[in-house]
Amino acid sequence: MLYAILCYDNEDVVGSWSKEEDDAVIGKLSVVTEKLAQAGRLGPVFRLLPTTAATTVRKGREALVLDGPFAETKEQLLGVYIVDCEGLEEAVETAQELARASGTNGCYELRPLSLFMPGAVAGS
Amino acid sequence: MNAEPPDPAWIDRTLVCARPQVVGALLRYFRDLEKAEEAFQEACLRALGHWPRNGPPRDPVAWLIMVGRNVTLDHVRRQARQQPLPDEALLSELEDAETPLADRLDNADYRDDVLRLLFICCHPDLPATQQIALALRIVCGLSVSQIARAFLVSDSAMEQRITRAKGRIGAGDAPFETPGPLERAERLESVAAMLYLLFNEGYSASGEQLRDRAPLCAEAIRLTRLLLRLFPAEPEIMGLLSLMLLQHARQKARFDADGGIILLEAQDRFLWNRTMITEGTALIDKAVRHRRRGPYQFQAAIAALHASAASPPETDWPQIELLYRGLEQIQPSPVVTLNRAVALSKVAGPAAALDLIDPLAERLDSYFHYHGVRGAFLMQLERRGEARTAFDRAIARARTPAEAAQIRQYLDQLATS
Repeated sequence: MLYAILCYDNEDVVGSWSKEEDDAVIGKLSVVTEKLAQAGRLGPVFRLLPTTAATTVRKGREALVLDGPFAETKEQLLGVYIVDCEGLEEAVETAQELARASGTNGCYELRPLSLFMPGAVAGS
Repeated sequence: MNAEPPDPAWIDRTLVCARPQVVGALLRYFRDLEKAEEAFQEACLRALGHWPRNGPPRDPVAWLIMVGRNVTLDHVRRQARQQPLPDEALLSELEDAETPLADRLDNADYRDDVLRLLFICCHPDLPATQQIALALRIVCGLSVSQIARAFLVSDSAMEQRITRAKGRIGAGDAPFETPGPLERAERLESVAAMLYLLFNEGYSASGEQLRDRAPLCAEAIRLTRLLLRLFPAEPEIMGLLSLMLLQHARQKARFDADGGIILLEAQDRFLWNRTMITEGTALIDKAVRHRRRGPYQFQAAIAALHASAASPPETDWPQIELLYRGLEQIQPSPVVTLNRAVALSKVAGPAAALDLIDPLAERLDSYFHYHGVRGAFLMQLERRGEARTAFDRAIARARTPAEAAQIRQYLDQLATS
């Protein structure tokens, strides 16, 4: 089953990391992601820009365009991993591995996917 | 929540990031800046003792406000009764009280608190550099000696300046009432102007000052991002943050190994920070949807066009010239016209550009860039003697060795061509 591992943290704190600190965290996480990739379990991974760059379109008779994220929360959605897992057990283990590797605070939300379209954008 | 104790770096960072909201809320509560700052310090000390043992609280900001308030009240009680209260009991009560408090303190409260805190630093009686120094001390929590280094003065001189500035704002009528929409807009405008100055203090540094001043850009970006989180629908704040990110993205490419200035067209564009450019571009895209023009948005849109050009010849100069025209309309200034002239020279040639700036001679006579730009136009027109005179004038008005060195490169070109 495919799981989305959604990363939440305080974006003020994460955003204040220096490039070196950020590279260090990414480096530690890549140990886990490389292992997942080698096992053929890793799908797309992406990181989101701060919520200040977000726009919300509220559905309705006339779709309303609002500035900012959908919800004001103490911790913000900062990034997503798509991982193939046997089941919840393995998804939890994977998230725990990521948590240990990152060494930062915040939390992971695990959401099984019901539809997955890998798409074809190259990214930059 | 992470069950493991948070590492010290995380605690430090969290305290720094929480500072504007916490000091702002404590200021509303105590209506006394000195007391608010002391209470914040005290709360931080408690956090350093408490968080590693018990894990970080769910909402660090709410925790710090609560503890800062209670600890100060506790001091007042102690002084009154000479009877100490048990600290640990106080703190465990706190854990239970944290959740409802966190729910009550939503963005609406923080919004005006943070704005007020920034706004009192923009007191009109204070010269711009003191406004900035005060914001760095009170809002960012930089140490006096860090600020002193950035402004090239001694620690004691900076200490004195900050104390005096605090006295001024303390004696004044700090605005504690919840602001109305018009007042809020006015405050935002003053605060945005101050943050822009703060950014420029860092951005305009070169040579030996780079190391001490470059962090000012990061502080300005951090505060502006916070402000935008609190006022998410303000196009000028989006424009300001966008402008800062797009300018700061070039930081690594703007200087050579000796701290000398590298001009835009000579910069290695691979050194530009792509993430910052992406964020800056996303923000200006958002801002223009509001169709409420403003100077920061114009400047950000210009910076975005420079950032999106893969090489100097690919720059969309006609569009940049149009944007400078727009900026000139809402904020007429000879410096804006001078910038437009540079764009115009790329679109219509140096003669047209020279015609545009000649009438500015008197008003911009003391301005380094005026003579530098004029010399460059004259050089393109092969009017070498006049070009040399203009460059000599520029060197005489250079504010830094890096600026003078930049003009000497032109003079060398004149001599060898």
